[in-house]
Amino acid sequence: MERQQENKGETILEVRRLSMDFGGIRALEGIDLVVQTDQIMALIGPNGAGKTTFFNCITGFYEPTAGDIFIAPPGGKRKRINGLKVDRITSLGLARTFQNTRIFPNMTVLENVMIGRHCRSKAGVLGAVLRGRETLREEAEIVERSYEILAKMGLASRVNELAKNLPYGEARRLEIARAMATEPFLLMLDEPAAGMNPQETKELDDLILRLRSEEGISILLIEHDMRLVMSVSDHICVMDYGEKIAEGTPQEIRRSERVIKAYLGEDSDA
Amino acid sequence: MTFRQEMKKALLTSAWFVFLTFPILVIRVNTIENVIEWRWLNMMWIAAGSFILSLLWSFYFGRKTGDPGKKTEAFAPADKAGSLFRNPRFRMPALVLTALFATAFPFLFSVYQTSIMTTALMYVVLGLGLNIIVGLAGLLNLGYVAFYAVGAYSYALLHYHFGLGFWVVLPLGGLLATLFAILLGFPVLRLRGDYLAIVTLGFGEIVRLILENWNEFSFGPSGISNIPRPGLLGLDLNLDTATIYLYYLMIGLCLITIFVFGRIRDSRIGRALIALREDEIACQAMGIDKARTKLLAFALGSTWAGLMGVIFAAKTTFVNPASFTFLESAMILSIVVLGGMGSILGVVLGAFLLILLPEYLRAFSDYRMLLFGTTMVIMMIFRPQGIITGIRRTYQFRGGSIDGATAGK
Ligand SMILES: Nc1ncnc2c1ncn2[C@@H]1O[C@H](COP(=O)(O)OP(=O)(O)OP(=O)(O)O)[C@@H](O)[C@H]1O
Ligand SMILES: [Mg+2]
Repeated sequence: MERQQENKGETILEVRRLSMDFGGIRALEGIDLVVQTDQIMALIGPNGAGKTTFFNCITGFYEPTAGDIFIAPPGGKRKRINGLKVDRITSLGLARTFQNTRIFPNMTVLENVMIGRHCRSKAGVLGAVLRGRETLREEAEIVERSYEILAKMGLASRVNELAKNLPYGEARRLEIARAMATEPFLLMLDEPAAGMNPQETKELDDLILRLRSEEGISILLIEHDMRLVMSVSDHICVMDYGEKIAEGTPQEIRRSERVIKAYLGEDSDA
Repeated sequence: MTFRQEMKKALLTSAWFVFLTFPILVIRVNTIENVIEWRWLNMMWIAAGSFILSLLWSFYFGRKTGDPGKKTEAFAPADKAGSLFRNPRFRMPALVLTALFATAFPFLFSVYQTSIMTTALMYVVLGLGLNIIVGLAGLLNLGYVAFYAVGAYSYALLHYHFGLGFWVVLPLGGLLATLFAILLGFPVLRLRGDYLAIVTLGFGEIVRLILENWNEFSFGPSGISNIPRPGLLGLDLNLDTATIYLYYLMIGLCLITIFVFGRIRDSRIGRALIALREDEIACQAMGIDKARTKLLAFALGSTWAGLMGVIFAAKTTFVNPASFTFLESAMILSIVVLGGMGSILGVVLGAFLLILLPEYLRAFSDYRMLLFGTTMVIMMIFRPQGIITGIRRTYQFRGGSIDGATAGK
């Protein structure tokens, strides 16, 4: 924990004037965003605001039309990641989950997480066939690490089950476990609470806070559940129609006129 | 559906079938006497048959949609066989018996039977190779036969021009097929599913057409003959011993393939291939290089086709493009699909069923394709996962220690 105290306030993700067009439709318009070590940052906004698009740009699924994305892994070099391939960005330490859960249905829960270890291991075809000592050691390490992660997520009793047989809430947790297996320094969660019942959402609160305190990673979170957002995040960024309309602490956001208006425009609950 | 509705539907179906089969099964032009024969009896049979089948069909479907658990029950024996095979107490004796039988086979049966068995073994290897591409990586490849052709022509041409022997060309053929697979892989990296299937289908046809038309290179449709059988330490083998020798060679290659396939499937690479099949987007997000993994799948799978091509050329001592038609690709794909994607035992069973049954059911040879098609359709409806379901490896964790319990080998 000492190290994290030191690192506090170091920038790990810096997005500058990021824009994204889909053939004439501007989905993102000059977004600036900075995530720091040990931070839980929430990204909120009405449906279609461009939150998922923002994630897709950062993780390499889309190539942004304009702007820069820099990452600086704690203790590492600052690097521009625009236009890098998805798998490259993951191995640099950005991991994500998807709005519509994308687990590997016909693999076991454990194997799902083992896939996450792919970019942190290196056995090739020859290693697979000869199964030398190094390969066996690496394989054992993959299994062990994956099991540890699953145990932390409360999925230890499910390791050998096919992922498609998991109930929804557990499938979402499995997706987080899988992302954690890639050893990210920034974990990006796209609406992790969507479709969860209140009990599961409550557990998700704890899980997110624990990921930060125990794994020492930062979290960037898209979420519609305001209770979750307000209780876990220490910084909130609000988007509407592809633009950032407000940013600040939960208290500041709660009071912001513009945010209230953006939300009241479509949903009077918020 | 009410009874009335079902009857109505069955009637319609039978009328439709009568209409469809009318020109071929009812009308017959007798060209000798220049008269038309009307075979009304055939029509009666078709009407009655399709009516009953249609009723049975809707009966089964009613059950299927009513209770999804029911539909697998009919296949409980296959599942039982699968799990029995995984049980070590049964597995060892079964393997020993199979090994004994396989070793004794050439002495128990005629050379002709041994030769057929060798062919079946070749299809086991081909099936396992394609299983890497289709079963593990989920890339529907309809042009697999092209790599088989590459192997066969490698041996034929390298022997013809440079006098290279079987043992030198065997690895070369595998290597050349791998290279071809990577060459084909590059342009199709962005494709998947139907598009990939069509492009690979095209590739297979292109290779065949080139072999057929580029006379200076491949000697066209007449092919290349007088390819030597594999030699054994410089001994000159007669036809019978050569056949038996090739049989044992194939047993060896089969074992190697099964070994390699099993190891790849349960490795980091194998998991990456399966992840690619399961969800291409999530797979990339897990740090797996999609392009590399696809190329790897093509390369790893096609090597076996190349090797088998060399064996094929050596076995028949003659190659021509007619051996490498789309039907061959379809056959190998059927072995994989029928047997069970991703499963070794499944592919072995599939290959034996599809290659041996037609040989031994010569009496029905007229209906071979009909039976074949019907079987596939029925399989896809009631058991889309194949005879044997590929079962995932499971792990036991007790107080921190790990046992890898393997299943589904
Ligand atoms: N691949 C694409 N092609 C064209 N338009 C797209 C694409 N992806 C997103 N869009 C558009 O960009 C806009 C933002 O979509 P996005 O999915 O980022 O919204 P969101 O904020 O994640 O919404 P939600 O809360 O519903 O998930 C939408 O208008 C959407 O239609
Ligand atoms: Mg979204």
